[in-house]
Amino acid sequence: MRGLRWKIGGHALALLATILLGGLLSATLVRLAPGFDTDERELDPHLSAQSVQAIREARQKDRSILRFYFAYMQNAAHGELGTSLALGQPVRTLLRDRAPLTLRLIAVGLGLAWLLTLTLALSAAWLRLSVYDTLTTIVSGTFLCIPAAVLALLSVLWNAPGSLAIALIIFPHTFRYTRNLLVKGYSRPHIVTARAKGIGAARILFWHVVPVVAPQLLAVAGVSVSMAVGAAIPVEALCGLAGIGQLAWQAALARDLPLLVNITVLVTLVTLLANSSADVIGSVVRGQDA
Amino acid sequence: MSLGRKLALAVLMLVLSAAAAANWLAPAGYAKQYRDAAGATPSHRHWLGTDDIGRDRFARVLYGTRISLLLAPAAALISTLMAALIGGLAGYLGGVWVRLAKGLIDLFLSLPWLFLLITARALMPLNASPMFSVMVTFLLLGLLGWTTAARVLCTSAGALRTSDFVRQARAAGISGRRLFWVHVMPNLKPVLYAQFWISIPVFILSEANLGILGLGVAEPMPSWGSLLKELEGLVSVGEEPWKFVPLILLVVVVTSFQFLLSRQEEIAA
Repeated sequence: MRGLRWKIGGHALALLATILLGGLLSATLVRLAPGFDTDERELDPHLSAQSVQAIREARQKDRSILRFYFAYMQNAAHGELGTSLALGQPVRTLLRDRAPLTLRLIAVGLGLAWLLTLTLALSAAWLRLSVYDTLTTIVSGTFLCIPAAVLALLSVLWNAPGSLAIALIIFPHTFRYTRNLLVKGYSRPHIVTARAKGIGAARILFWHVVPVVAPQLLAVAGVSVSMAVGAAIPVEALCGLAGIGQLAWQAALARDLPLLVNITVLVTLVTLLANSSADVIGSVVRGQDA
Repeated sequence: MSLGRKLALAVLMLVLSAAAAANWLAPAGYAKQYRDAAGATPSHRHWLGTDDIGRDRFARVLYGTRISLLLAPAAALISTLMAALIGGLAGYLGGVWVRLAKGLIDLFLSLPWLFLLITARALMPLNASPMFSVMVTFLLLGLLGWTTAARVLCTSAGALRTSDFVRQARAAGISGRRLFWVHVMPNLKPVLYAQFWISIPVFILSEANLGILGLGVAEPMPSWGSLLKELEGLVSVGEEPWKFVPLILLVVVVTSFQFLLSRQEEIAA
């Protein structure tokens, strides 16, 4: 139990450090980008010299990356995430308004992807028919070779929900690992013996196979969350869904430093939380197994 | 070599040959506009029809294939070299260097690949010359895509550092630099080759994603990504099926790579 507490504590510290560094990395990237100092509003002939000067001075505050980032963290600690330069709205409002759609999209997409993965992988491992195995490998391999953005476009063409596109982007990756894990699990001598003795399929699966493959499967599940977050960007951008993925896309194109730093921190947080949770639960499962 | 791999190799050779012979197969080039035949359907004159501004789609597919298939390996080379330098060296030096390298790798891996790529690419000039956009796109792929390979190389180099032959060489007084370049690096070659080949299809797909999102190669230069952007304007799949040719070609090429790579992936694992 003490070891587990240490593990969780270590994960939390590493998580915090990585999130802060991720935000700093994003801020540095934006600051170093060519043309960061320019603002197209300066070209507006309707603005007076004083207004242009005010815009320049407002931009000057972000010139020093460390100063900007320190001020950002101070404000973030008080729940103030700044204002989007491109959209002119508080970042907090933007994230709050768009998060539910992205969360729903990712949750349904992940659910569908894992349903497809487990159905096909379990049947492939259980049936052990070379024709079926080849067929599932071809299907997953084909989806693996189609760019995520094309799947998003096809979902628009076929009026399919964006979550289906996310599921089809994630499925080939998760299927590959899951199938290999299950095939390996089912080929263990004690499971072969159990099957030969006529023990039921459900009992073999839940009593013998799942405990063995669960830690690795959980790790794959953790990684699949990161994949889903990445997939949400092209899906939301191309399907016209107003979620955080589309916001990230707009922030990157507009070089919106406050918005981009916040989204990077959020994305890093979600990814690391998913991976760390999978790791900790995997440790618990391994511990119980031992 | 299995039949599948032989077939995959034949397909890749065919596509590469066609791309190499683009100047001969489509001498008018990828940018020539046939203003009298804008948006034309396939014919004996334009095998895959023309795009909205009258450019021959077949020529653009050939030249786009050439760009994607030439520059994806170049980006893979950059990422493999970076992985060797960061992961390999840290693994060989051990201790705090491994922790530092792994921290850096974890930082990059904590951001989804596509998010990192889109953010970095969007920050580069978007109204640059076509050649500059090609270079920037593939350079970014190379500079950001080293992390997974670096992790594998770090572990492999770490295993070599504690191996008997390295310990003996160190005891014999061989300098650290010589030990790394003459004894450790040659033993990492299989992993390096594997990582190089694995990166190519990943970079081809990434470039396609960037292209569709409008962050890839700038017009009028074609690449698979920019050619796939045409799919955005489709109303239905059956409407103009010839527009799917770049997608089919991309899937066939990436599948062929996957077939050839199954052995490389075993080495990398």
